[in-house]
Amino acid sequence: MKNKSLVSINDFSREEHIQIMDFAEKFEKHPTQKILEEYVVATLFFEPSTRTRLSFESAASRLGAKVIGFSEPGSTSVKKGESLRDTIITVANYSDIIVMRHPLDGSARFASEVSRVPIINAGDGANQHPTQTLLDMYSIRKTQGSLDNLNIAFVGDLKYGRTVHSLVMALCNYNTTFHLVSPDELKLPSSVKMHIKENNHEYHQYSDIMKVIPHVDILYMTRIQRERFSDPLDYEKVKNSYVLRNSMLEKSKPTLKIMHPLPRINEISIDVDDSPQAYYFTQALNGVYVRQAILAAILGVKVN
Amino acid sequence: MEKDVIRKELKVSAIENGTVIDHIPSKTVFQVIKILNLKEAENQILFGTNLESAKMGKKGIIKVSNKFFQADEINKIALVAPNATLIIIKNFKVSEKKKVQVPDVVEKIVKCFNPNCITNNEDVTSNFTVIDKNELKLKCHYCEKITIKSTISFLSS
Repeated sequence: MKNKSLVSINDFSREEHIQIMDFAEKFEKHPTQKILEEYVVATLFFEPSTRTRLSFESAASRLGAKVIGFSEPGSTSVKKGESLRDTIITVANYSDIIVMRHPLDGSARFASEVSRVPIINAGDGANQHPTQTLLDMYSIRKTQGSLDNLNIAFVGDLKYGRTVHSLVMALCNYNTTFHLVSPDELKLPSSVKMHIKENNHEYHQYSDIMKVIPHVDILYMTRIQRERFSDPLDYEKVKNSYVLRNSMLEKSKPTLKIMHPLPRINEISIDVDDSPQAYYFTQALNGVYVRQAILAAILGVKVN
Repeated sequence: MEKDVIRKELKVSAIENGTVIDHIPSKTVFQVIKILNLKEAENQILFGTNLESAKMGKKGIIKVSNKFFQADEINKIALVAPNATLIIIKNFKVSEKKKVQVPDVVEKIVKCFNPNCITNNEDVTSNFTVIDKNELKLKCHYCEKITIKSTISFLSS
């Protein structure tokens, strides 16, 4: 993994995913390890994403690295019309690794081709967000003890959510049964379903969330956005059918964990927050350990 | 009948040595010329379009003297002329005949259909992996979206 860019989740093998999760486990035990004191981490956010940026900067700081960068392009040369290519080549001269978020699809792959230092993709448009996928995998492994033989439900917008697509792809490396709960308009794209089939896993589609709750180990909630519907009436019809309330969890397995990539709007009622099954805030905390692990693995330093 | 054949032969005259690209759809002759960058070539080039064809109704044909294309160069035209025949001519005689094949990788010539792709917004050369040669599905190396036959368009140089 040393010096390898992380652009798409598939850039790293199943074994490399496991190594990152093993590293993250070590960081969870010993979060502060000054193993990157000699390193400069650049965080280039061509569009704002407070959560992802703070999580990366927190990870880098706990490792003792210096962090440089910008949180939105407004005050930079990008605004003057500098090309992405030139920005990346320049910043690569100032840093040992670049974390970038950019509104255009494919921008991270292109950056990895012009940069002399490795790139970590922190989201390129609607395309990929591999560090989110790795923290989701880590959260599942940690709460269920393994990534194998699980029943995982995805709920909400399965059509446009890149988080869902990447996680489904990555989980196809494990023995997973997928339960896909969405309104008709927002079903998982057939290309992703093909991938499940090609890997000989099962998937089941539902429109009623109550049908899956008693049977699953993970309930991965996502937000349904009004603007995804061409007819506003269709949105009104479904908007309340995919909201999780504490009372709905009565028949669930005690080991069920509820995940969400955050930010949450109203798709998980706040009365769920006190349930021992609510896991979304811990999931976000895991993001720091996983990002520490990714930085350490790519920079090739020893983790204690 | 025979008279017809003779007349057809005369429409685009024979070459002594070189390559004949036959069975090009009439509509895409100029695209083939562009894809092969024949504008820049110094070779003698003869071409015809809207010629009668028993197989295709109407067809185009291109003859390039003293030019023998590399496989990856000529196979690019399969995107617009999937049934084209390549005929290698030596001393006015057919020395080899073959069909074009859809290549594994397509660079430069195709535009990614995703308006939010980096290749449509910055000076980045487009690059696709052909994931389905029959249906013609191209996966963008950058944005990972799939351009299909009905959404394909070609970059103007």
